[in-house]
Amino acid sequence: MTGSDVAAGASAVDLADGEWHRLHPATPLLRGGFAFVAIAGFVLANLRERILGLFLGGGPGDGAGGDPIELIVRRGLIPLALVVVLLVLIVIVVIFWLSWRVHSFRITDELVEVRSGILFRTNRRGRLDRIQGINISRPLFARLFGAARLDINVAGHDANVQLAYLSGRNAEALRRLILLRAAGDREAGGTAAPQVEHDGSLGGMVTQRAREFVAPELDPQLAPPESVVTMHAGRLLGSTVLHDRTIIFVLLVIAAAVLAAAAHLFVVLFGVVPALLGVGSQIVRRFSRSLRYSIAATPDGVRVGYGLLSTNNDTIPPGRIHSVEIRQPLLWRPADWWEVRINVASHSDRQEGGRRSSTILPVGSRAEVFKVLELVLPGIVGDGSRELVVAGLARAVAGDGYTGSPRRAAVLRWFSWRRNGFALEPEAVLLRRGAIWRSLIAVPTARMQSVSLRQGPLLRMLRLADVHVHTVAGPIRAVLDDLDAAVAAGFFRDVAVGAVAAARRESVAHVANRARWQGMSRSHD
Amino acid sequence: MTDTTDLPVTPRGGVDPVPGEWRRVSPRYIWVDLVGSIISGLAATAAATIPFWVTQFVALLTIPAVVLIIALIVAAFTPRRVRAIGYRLRDDDLVVRRGIMFQRFAAVPYGRMQLVDINRGPLARALGLAELKLVTAAAASNITIPGLPMADAEQLRDRLVELAESRRAGL
Repeated sequence: MTGSDVAAGASAVDLADGEWHRLHPATPLLRGGFAFVAIAGFVLANLRERILGLFLGGGPGDGAGGDPIELIVRRGLIPLALVVVLLVLIVIVVIFWLSWRVHSFRITDELVEVRSGILFRTNRRGRLDRIQGINISRPLFARLFGAARLDINVAGHDANVQLAYLSGRNAEALRRLILLRAAGDREAGGTAAPQVEHDGSLGGMVTQRAREFVAPELDPQLAPPESVVTMHAGRLLGSTVLHDRTIIFVLLVIAAAVLAAAAHLFVVLFGVVPALLGVGSQIVRRFSRSLRYSIAATPDGVRVGYGLLSTNNDTIPPGRIHSVEIRQPLLWRPADWWEVRINVASHSDRQEGGRRSSTILPVGSRAEVFKVLELVLPGIVGDGSRELVVAGLARAVAGDGYTGSPRRAAVLRWFSWRRNGFALEPEAVLLRRGAIWRSLIAVPTARMQSVSLRQGPLLRMLRLADVHVHTVAGPIRAVLDDLDAAVAAGFFRDVAVGAVAAARRESVAHVANRARWQGMSRSHD
Repeated sequence: MTDTTDLPVTPRGGVDPVPGEWRRVSPRYIWVDLVGSIISGLAATAAATIPFWVTQFVALLTIPAVVLIIALIVAAFTPRRVRAIGYRLRDDDLVVRRGIMFQRFAAVPYGRMQLVDINRGPLARALGLAELKLVTAAAASNITIPGLPMADAEQLRDRLVELAESRRAGL
């Protein structure tokens, strides 16, 4: 099979047949080819006299000493110059073509493998049953070519397998197929969704591109789910303005302006401006990313979509979420807005390319938080524990299900000692923290890695102790400080027992679950 | 849910969440720890003299003096600290404890262990000791058992790998 088939829209089933395939023909250009061309152009523009001199045997001052183009014309060297330019172009094209030729991937029943590189060959392999999530992202340039990048996140540090770039429709279908196979469905692919065909004409291609550019999902057949949360621009704007980060940003601007104006300390600006630019771009990025936010349940897992110009669209298979935090910046409280973040077992966020966001709900009302929680923690935000979550978001009340810190912890936690507390459910550990900046952390017991109990001299004097529930690395640290020492010891013991019990339940239910999941995804076909 | 009746909380507010017999590490590890804390204490003292060298204020020599005293106290407590290191293989998890002033207990279910490392520093090797390090998917777990005799370390590793294999769970 040749690469042109990929461009022409070979179906995902053919791409996943275990043979080696090539990527989208525009790949070398999209993966830094633009930068290469720009640098080459820059070098040529600066050194053109030197280079000409090299070819013609004369120094830069030779001839009229003016414009080299003029020199070429005057000496009648146009054919030679054209040949040189042509040669350079051919070399570039050959390099691009070679790098495209050697960059290939294959997807078998068990693994996905990518090999690339002309001089330095690399070969990367990921096991499908270790997949933590698949992310499709389409940077602006790639969207113009109708291409998309598929990031397959495998558990572990920097353990991504990247298929960059595929044609957009293939990326979508391939993601679904890989997720099905990851779930253990060996025959996946026989029922692949039909491809969106376009007639080969230029007009057809343009409409196709335009449609892809506008549509949040690439292929309507493969993207039936509708978002359970709709992002209102007004709320997003309001939440952005009232976010702690924005407040700090504004205060910094005012402080810098006052200092510069009143004390004539313009030096201050040099220090502050870069920091302001950083914070400001973060705020703008959060806003523009979240404008087209969507979250939906698909048979393959929770799908989170982001992005306005460069779009990003992440699928997290069930059971891959290691902890969830619901938190509230101070000024969001009157509006009852919340933000939801997650920890997952892959580190693609470190890579510049596959930017997986840990924020799964940028801003939402209480009802929307529950909708999201039902997606990410099914079975935990169920019947009895719903009240626990509600209590976890509210002020502490006696008998609300949380075991809190004793009064003497107020020495260390002036305001939050009442709210500081935990609730232990069979399926999850809930940690409630913070009085001013409220937050509630839920760690599924089946995902917990280990638990620790700490006590330093100060805490011992106060008869307090800290408990830390260890989950995979991420923005959330599931720590509960300053519990009563005896309560903390009991909590430590119960969590350790609960984690073992949950892991055992899960491995027993695994086989049944897997069969059920497959049945479910088939019924959606 | 939390049953605190049989939890011995020591009179001065200390905790012992899993009362019972701990397996202790080799007393020879005291030497390894002692040499390590002396070297780091001396290095910290030397670093603390930098403000004096820069400013030539004699009063600033109190900083290295204080650092040295703290280092000496840390070194003096080495035997007790080493005796406080303990571990226990329970039915479904491994529990590790460390520290006297700064206490830390950690429990790892066997099914969560990703791999088990054995590390040997030069001094520990001379004394026939090794350090066992357990790696889970969480970086925060940070569970090590230092000062095991080499044969014990290998035996414990094999036992742990075997237990982890029989209780294998996903991430």
